[in-house]
Amino acid sequence: MLADAWLVAAKDLKVEWRARIIINQVAPFTLLIVVLFGLALDADPETLRNTAPGLFWVAVLLITLLAVQRGAAIETSDGAQERILLSDLDPAAVFLGKALALLVQLLALEVLLGVAIVVLFDVSVGDPLLMVVSALAASVGIAAAGTIYGVLAVGLGVRETLLPILLLPVLAPVLISATRTFGDAFDRVDADGWAWLGMLAMFGVIYMVSGLLAYGVLLEET
Amino acid sequence: MSSVGAASPQTAQAADYSVSSRGTRLLGVFILVSVPVLLLFAFVFTEADDTMEDAVRLLYIHVPVAVLTYVAFSLTAVGSVAYLWKRSRWWDTVAHAAAEVGVVFCGLTLVTGSIWGRPTWNTWWEWGDVRLVTTLVLFLVFVGYLAFRSVPAEPETRAKRAAVIGIIGAINIPIVNRSVEWWENNTLHQQSSLTDGQLEDLTLFTWFLGTVVLGAIFVWLLITRFRLAWLEEEIDRHGLVTALEERRAESHVGVEAAVGGSVVGGFQDNPGGPQ
Amino acid sequence: MNPANHPAIQLVDAVSLLGRFPALAGLSLTVQPGEVVLIQGPNGAGKTTALRLCAGLLRLESGHGLVLGHNLANDRRSVRRRVGLLGHATGLYEDLTVAENVEFWAKASHADVKTVPSALSHLGLPARLHDLQVRRLSAGQRRRTALATLLVRRPELWLLDEPHAALDQEGRDIVDQLVADAADAGATVLLASHELERVAGISRRVVTIAGGRLVGDTGADTAKPTGQRDQDQARNAR
Repeated sequence: MLADAWLVAAKDLKVEWRARIIINQVAPFTLLIVVLFGLALDADPETLRNTAPGLFWVAVLLITLLAVQRGAAIETSDGAQERILLSDLDPAAVFLGKALALLVQLLALEVLLGVAIVVLFDVSVGDPLLMVVSALAASVGIAAAGTIYGVLAVGLGVRETLLPILLLPVLAPVLISATRTFGDAFDRVDADGWAWLGMLAMFGVIYMVSGLLAYGVLLEET
Repeated sequence: MSSVGAASPQTAQAADYSVSSRGTRLLGVFILVSVPVLLLFAFVFTEADDTMEDAVRLLYIHVPVAVLTYVAFSLTAVGSVAYLWKRSRWWDTVAHAAAEVGVVFCGLTLVTGSIWGRPTWNTWWEWGDVRLVTTLVLFLVFVGYLAFRSVPAEPETRAKRAAVIGIIGAINIPIVNRSVEWWENNTLHQQSSLTDGQLEDLTLFTWFLGTVVLGAIFVWLLITRFRLAWLEEEIDRHGLVTALEERRAESHVGVEAAVGGSVVGGFQDNPGGPQ
Repeated sequence: MNPANHPAIQLVDAVSLLGRFPALAGLSLTVQPGEVVLIQGPNGAGKTTALRLCAGLLRLESGHGLVLGHNLANDRRSVRRRVGLLGHATGLYEDLTVAENVEFWAKASHADVKTVPSALSHLGLPARLHDLQVRRLSAGQRRRTALATLLVRRPELWLLDEPHAALDQEGRDIVDQLVADAADAGATVLLASHELERVAGISRRVVTIAGGRLVGDTGADTAKPTGQRDQDQARNAR
C-alpha cells in the first residue's frame, strides 16, 4: 500500500514538475497575497508584525484551494480518475499519495511565504523550531482535508465554487491553532505554542484517518 | 438495492402525496395554541431579570433553539453514518431534513444570541465567546453541506458524498469548540444559568414551556421536511417508471428500424461472418 | 475463478441510469468466456452504458448482473480489477510521456513493468514517441497508448468502445489483431463499433441494442468460440 501511495504521489509531483502550474502561477500568487496585505494594512510595521501569523495562515488557506483544485484537475482532465477505479490501487493508497503530493507542494509554498513575511513584514522568529514543526503539523491536516474535499465535487461541474465553502469552514481549527503557534514563535502573543501544536497534530490525525476510511466511498462516482 | 418496480402505481394515490398526517396536524394545532401562551409567559407573566433586564426574555427562545441546533446536527451525523452502513434512502433523507432544520435553528441561535448580546455585552458580536464562534463555524459547515446537496447529481453519489461531509462536519464540532475555548480561554456566556438555583419557579416554568414549544416546532418541521424530501424522490422514481416505458418503446422502434434497415441486413446476408 | 462455472457476462433485465435517464432499460445478455461479441445499435442505444456497466463503473438500478462471476450489485470492485475498458476518454496524463503513462498504469495494475516496451511496440508506437508527452500526440496515437495501458494489464474481459475510432488503417489492423490475440488467449471481448464490415472479420456474434434493450442477436449459435466446451458444461450444470 505504501508503494502504491508513493506511486501516486510521485506521479502527481512529476506532473506538477512538467506542467509548472504551482511554480509559475500559484507561487507568484502567494507573494501577491503578502504584498496586498501589506498595502491594505497601511504599511504600519507594528500592525504587520502583529498580524503576520494570521496573514500567513490565511494565505496558506487560499493557496490550498488552488493546489487542491489543481490536484483534482490532474485526475479529471481525461478520465484518469475512472482508470484509477479500474486499477488495482487501494483507494486509501490513492488518498495517501495525493495527500503526500499536496503536502510537499504546500510546504514548498509555505517556505516561500515564510521568507516573504519575515522579509517584507520585518518579523523576527524567536522560536524557529516551533515554527517549522507547527507548519508541518498544520500542513498534514490541511493536505488531508484538502484531498478529501478535492474529490467531493468531482463530476458535478461545480468544483471551483463548491470547494471553498466546503473546505474552509472545516479548516477553521487549523487557522486558529496555527496562528497561535506562529504568534508564539514570533513572540507576538502570550500563548503556549507547544500546547497548540497538540491541537494541530490531533486535527491532522483525525483528517488522515477520515481520508483513509472515506476515500473509497468518495472516489466512486456512482 | 433499490428496485424500480417498487414505485408501483398504487403510490400515486392522492393520500400518499401529502406531507401531513393526523399526527402532524395535531402537533400543528398544539403549536398554534402554545406559541401565544409561551409569548404571554415570556412577556407578561415573568419579571425582567435583575442584571439582564428585559433581555432575559429572549433566552426563553435562544436556549432551546441552541440546544435543538445541536440535536439536529447530531441527527445529521447519525443519519449519515446509518446511510453509509445501511445504504438506505430513509437515513439519507433523515440526514438531509435534519441538516436543513438545523441550519434554520442555527441561524436563529446566532440571531437571537446577537440581539441578546447587544444590551447585555454591549456588542452585537463577541469574538471572545467560545460558543458563539463555534456556532458560527458550525453554521458555515452545514450551509456548505446544504450547498452540496443542492447541486444536481446522481442520487446515490450525492447521498454518499453528503454523508461524508455530514460526518466530518459533526466530528468538527468538538474540535472547533475546543480550539475556540483555548483561543480566548474565557467565555462571556452564561454558565449553566438553569442550575445555579437562583431562578424563580415561574421563570423556570417559562423556560420549560419554551423548550416544549420549540421542541414541538422542531419535530413538526423535521417530519414535514422529511416527508417533502421523500415525496420529491417518489416523484423522481415515478418519473423513472415513465422514462423506462418511453425508453423501452424506443427499443421497439429500434427493432423495426433494424429489421427493415440495411444496418443489420449486411449481417443477415452473412450471419456467421467470414468463416 | 473457474470459467466453466460462469458466463463471462450475464445480465438479466439490467436497468442502469445516467442521472435519471434509464440508458439501459432492461438489458439481458449472456456472453460466454472466449467469445468476441460486437454490440451495435443506433446512437444513444445504450452501447457505451452497457460496456461501462460491465466494467463495474455504473450502479445496477434493478435486475441482475454477473461479470466474471462477481455480482454487480455488491462486488463491482472485484469486477473493475479484472476488466480492461477502452472508453471515450483515454485516462492518460497529458504531462507525462507515453512510456511514463503506460508504466504508471502497469504499476497501478500491479502488472510487470518489463512488458511495457513490448506492449508499446505491439501497438505500433515507435521508440521515438515513447519519451514524448501525451499532450503532443495525435488522437490516434493517444488511443494506441491507451490500448497499450490495457495490454500490459492482460484483462480477462476486454470492453472496447469504438476501438477503431481515430485510428488509421494500420491502427485498425492492430486493434483487430489485439482482439484476435485476446480471444486466442481465452479472454472475452465485448466491443461497440460502427465499423461493421471490419468487425465482422473478428466477431462472429453480433448483438443489436436499441432503447437500452436487446433487440437482435445473430451468430451466437454458429459461433465456435474457444470457450464452447465450457459453455456446454455450464449449460449442463444449470
